[in-house]
Amino acid sequence: MTAREEPAVPAGPASLAPPEGAATAAAIGGPRRQGSYSLAARDRRFGYGLVAPAVIVLLAITAFPLVYNVWISFHNAWYLFPTTFSNFAGVKNYKELFTGGQFLPSLYRTLGFTVVSVAVELVIGLALALALNRKFRGRGIVRAAILIPWAVPTVVSGLLWKSMFDPQNGFVNYILTQLHLPLAHSTWLSQTWTSWAAILIADAWRNTPFMALLLLAGLQVIPRDVYEAAKIDGAGAIRTFRQITLPMLKPALAVALIFRTLSSFLIFDVIYAMTGGGPGNSTQVLAYLNWSSMFVQGGNYGLGAAISVALMVMSLVIAAIYVTSFRTEQVV
Amino acid sequence: MAALTTTTPSGVGTAARRMRTRKTAGWSGFYVMVAVFVVMSLFPFYWIVITALKTQPEISAGTTGLFPAHLTWSSFSTTLHQGVFARALLNSVIVAGSTTILTVIIASLAGYGLARTTIRGKQLIMGFLLVAGFFPVIAMVGPIFITYKNIGLLDNLAGLVFVYFIYSLPLATWFLTSYFGQIPRDLEEAAIVDGATRLQALRRVIMPVAVPGIFTVAILGFIFCWNDFLLSVSFLTNPHNYTAPLAIMNLGQSQYQTYYNLIDAMVVIITLPIALIVLLAQRRIISGLTAGSFR
Repeated sequence: MTAREEPAVPAGPASLAPPEGAATAAAIGGPRRQGSYSLAARDRRFGYGLVAPAVIVLLAITAFPLVYNVWISFHNAWYLFPTTFSNFAGVKNYKELFTGGQFLPSLYRTLGFTVVSVAVELVIGLALALALNRKFRGRGIVRAAILIPWAVPTVVSGLLWKSMFDPQNGFVNYILTQLHLPLAHSTWLSQTWTSWAAILIADAWRNTPFMALLLLAGLQVIPRDVYEAAKIDGAGAIRTFRQITLPMLKPALAVALIFRTLSSFLIFDVIYAMTGGGPGNSTQVLAYLNWSSMFVQGGNYGLGAAISVALMVMSLVIAAIYVTSFRTEQVV
Repeated sequence: MAALTTTTPSGVGTAARRMRTRKTAGWSGFYVMVAVFVVMSLFPFYWIVITALKTQPEISAGTTGLFPAHLTWSSFSTTLHQGVFARALLNSVIVAGSTTILTVIIASLAGYGLARTTIRGKQLIMGFLLVAGFFPVIAMVGPIFITYKNIGLLDNLAGLVFVYFIYSLPLATWFLTSYFGQIPRDLEEAAIVDGATRLQALRRVIMPVAVPGIFTVAILGFIFCWNDFLLSVSFLTNPHNYTAPLAIMNLGQSQYQTYYNLIDAMVVIITLPIALIVLLAQRRIISGLTAGSFR
């Protein structure tokens, strides 16, 4: 019967630890095991057999690219000259990252975009989640409607908004003209700040629903009687939100923030579809720089690998910051 | 003075009425906010659809109103008759379908093993899943590109399936581990008492019970593959091998012009199946997202 329940219920502070099944899996043969050693051994062998394919594949996804990226990053690896892959270059590629070039400017842009987009998506997503947590007519339809943008492939959402911002056929300039508002004659994607605005809108349009639905799932596990108790104690709406909703939403917030921060930090598709890093290099971000150093600018795999290593380290740091900060606060 | 007299019954009446009007105002404000969200979510789709239905001359003339002057299916038929796009749709279905099947099988086995056997190093493996989940896709691109080039898997759909598979496996395994962990043990114990082997018990007893969980993993895996762009743009070059998102990015614009009606027709076609899946399987997707993300 429990199998019918949503296994999705956020499990408080434990939610970042393995699911219960993994920890308590004393295996099916629990009692039987005591009597016979061979049965236990057989159970274990069976288990290893089941898990082995996945573990091997997992090694392929983590260890191999990690090691290979580090290796390439210390070499002069140019795509067009395969022999250069064994041409040791020391820390030359890393030096190149920090002296001139596009790496540092792209890093600042990426961090700026990440902070702004996550903040915008968090605020709107939370408002949306709180709204959807109320009971009202047509709630199911609204929830479905806001989930649809999430179904659009990211690169396609970029194209879709490129077409919305098109000066000739787009909706944005049309409505601005009709309402006699400023910017009605902008060519959005050919100036720095308007490009960023368009990118932010495309990103937020697709990803805010994701944020909202994760937060909604978190809100729905807060027991109703806690709110009722607060009401009886005379707590106002703002106090209830700050002292009940926010603390109890923390696990869901942690997860939503980790996910959105990492995917904003690694934004690629929308940039590719809308600006290609332009105009000039003004919307160049790290993931796009990494990609174009390998596939556009003459195939500099050494530099690309160095950027990849930097991205891996920074992603881990971001994840670790969230995990530790949300965990310690949880204990209080 | 007047303030004192409001404690009469009539004053209570106005206060209650004021409360009521404030409440209605609150609700209508709420509905306005919800309506704004819904319109912002859905309006771009309307714009895409009408752009796709416009004629080429109207596109060239620029936007004049909220409705197209003439409706035409020609953009849809043009894109679908363009061999490359139809082929790309087929490729996407094949790649996403095979990845999903592969992921479901391997993740089910591993999830069951992690949830129900006494293997050692479980924590280590779960931690591993976590790291793999945070691994940036872009960091896989270079090493895998070079490896594929060396072993001849570049520009090959099977190669793409393998990358998608290794990328969707951690999430799927994590989700199914927690799902199997919640299925009562009595079920398989009974089957084993009846003489079934462990593998038979897994296949005949556990899998049928776990269908909703497996369905969730399958949908999310399919959507991930269908939506990917970074990996396909890196590994595929032959238009014959394009997946649908890659085809949209490469067709519909020449050096001098962007044919928004054609692009938007393709956008509609590629979004429609996923939008349908999302609408029909909304509940399962949300449960998968939340569980998958509580990794």
